[in-house]
Amino acid sequence: MGIYCVAHHICSPIGATSQANFEAIMDGKSALRLHSDRFELVEPFCVSLFDEPKSFTQWCILSIEQALQQTQIDPTSQRVIFVISTTKGDNLQLSEPAMQIQAHFRNPNLPIVVSNACTSGVCAQITAMRLIESGACDTAIVVGCDVQTPFIVSGFQALKALSQQLCKPFDKQRDGLNLGEAVATMIYTNQKPDKLCWQLVAGSICNDANHISAPSRTAEGSFRCLQEILPYAEQIDMISTHGTGTLYNDAMEAVAIHRAGLDEVPIGALKGFYGHTMGAAGVLETIISMLCLEHKIIPAARGYEENGVEYPLNLSPKNRDLDHEPHDLIKMLSGFGGVNAAILLRYVNE
Amino acid sequence: MNENQQDIIITPQQVLLNGQSLPTTETGEALLTELYKRFVGDYPKFYKMDTLCRLGFIGSELLLQAEKSERFLVKNDRMIIFANKSASIKNDTDYLQTIQADNYYPSPALFVYTLPNIVTGEIAIRNNYRAESSFYVLQDEQTLQKLAQTTLQSVQTAHSALVGWVECESKDNFYAHIKIVWKN
Repeated sequence: MGIYCVAHHICSPIGATSQANFEAIMDGKSALRLHSDRFELVEPFCVSLFDEPKSFTQWCILSIEQALQQTQIDPTSQRVIFVISTTKGDNLQLSEPAMQIQAHFRNPNLPIVVSNACTSGVCAQITAMRLIESGACDTAIVVGCDVQTPFIVSGFQALKALSQQLCKPFDKQRDGLNLGEAVATMIYTNQKPDKLCWQLVAGSICNDANHISAPSRTAEGSFRCLQEILPYAEQIDMISTHGTGTLYNDAMEAVAIHRAGLDEVPIGALKGFYGHTMGAAGVLETIISMLCLEHKIIPAARGYEENGVEYPLNLSPKNRDLDHEPHDLIKMLSGFGGVNAAILLRYVNE
Repeated sequence: MNENQQDIIITPQQVLLNGQSLPTTETGEALLTELYKRFVGDYPKFYKMDTLCRLGFIGSELLLQAEKSERFLVKNDRMIIFANKSASIKNDTDYLQTIQADNYYPSPALFVYTLPNIVTGEIAIRNNYRAESSFYVLQDEQTLQKLAQTTLQSVQTAHSALVGWVECESKDNFYAHIKIVWKN
């Protein structure tokens, strides 16, 4: 049985549809700005924020509606399940907003919230795949979202994880991450549409068993995620990394990619455009990577100039052309709690 | 008692290990510390943990001690699948106290625990479990049990999972039910 993405939607500070976001990326746009007067915090911080003040729940509903409009899927069906990816939900509540989203669409199934730190957006897609494969549903609507709050920003500041300039994934000068806001939706079903589309082929989640807030130096979990999905890969056109711009995350990912023998594969790193959008990141970055490959483009790693990791990766600060039809895409993420996740998607026609 | 039962229930007043009540004297968070001192004792990281992590940690310790198979070997075939309804609300509330306008000293040590999946990380580190760790926010434990079965069947390399419903709303209000679930 195949699992296919039949619709997707992104709303971020640089675009209100997936297509608008793709075009903004092609034009090198970003909403990352240094703010010194937001959230009444002492230290300034660089962040990508929505203009419009909507709640987490409102953003999720908006994005799901936009994605559903592209399909004939009836969200009131017994065969549809909502899978929600978030870390902090609506003002620290995760369960209630999930029920509000389910109630809004009059869906009969209890929603599933995936809260696996920064890997949630990829884990949610893996959960969707398992639910469909096991026959629990035919359609899984995956939505990822987080909105920024003084809670989150102050915490990352306290951890000294934030850069006060634009983040620089994998660069020599990188000194931390930027935070960001976005919502993104992917609708997965077991019905193959009669057109080119992306199939979710494999996924893996592995723990480093090393440290709750620092990645493994040997990239244990991240490497094992890649190792578990590689047997399903045919021709990998891009690895879309987590690439937060922190010293340790990027170093770890380079080790994982090197250990998996994938040093030559073109690398995507999108946080220079969006910042770290937390629960949205895995969904948002998967969609942008799909769209870029569909247009035969490896997107620029905004913020990257000079290699700053032990094993140099195939990265570029400029958009690059792919000289063949796209085939396989890997999306990987890592997060607090030592958790790592990776998925393999394939562009299919037959 | 069921011979094959492998589960533990911890409430602020009581511990039921494989169906049998453990005699204890303390209640609330002090009960978790009492259990730690009596049954573990040599893992000072316990004192850094928030209540949710202490609950999940001590529950898994007692359960795994009772399993009587060799501990701490690297294991790639046992997953950790935990869930609850209130995420990390107890520790979120504690962290919020550190960022009040009139008393602003955000604590990095507390902030790290403001994610519910940290408890799965603590258990993975303690036991060298390098397979999947997942945390879900769900409406009820039954949904967790179904999801755990689906996950076990779908992950080829996994043979068993620690499946835990771990709820922690305050130092005196928590509930854990952790099971060892084997692939059918």
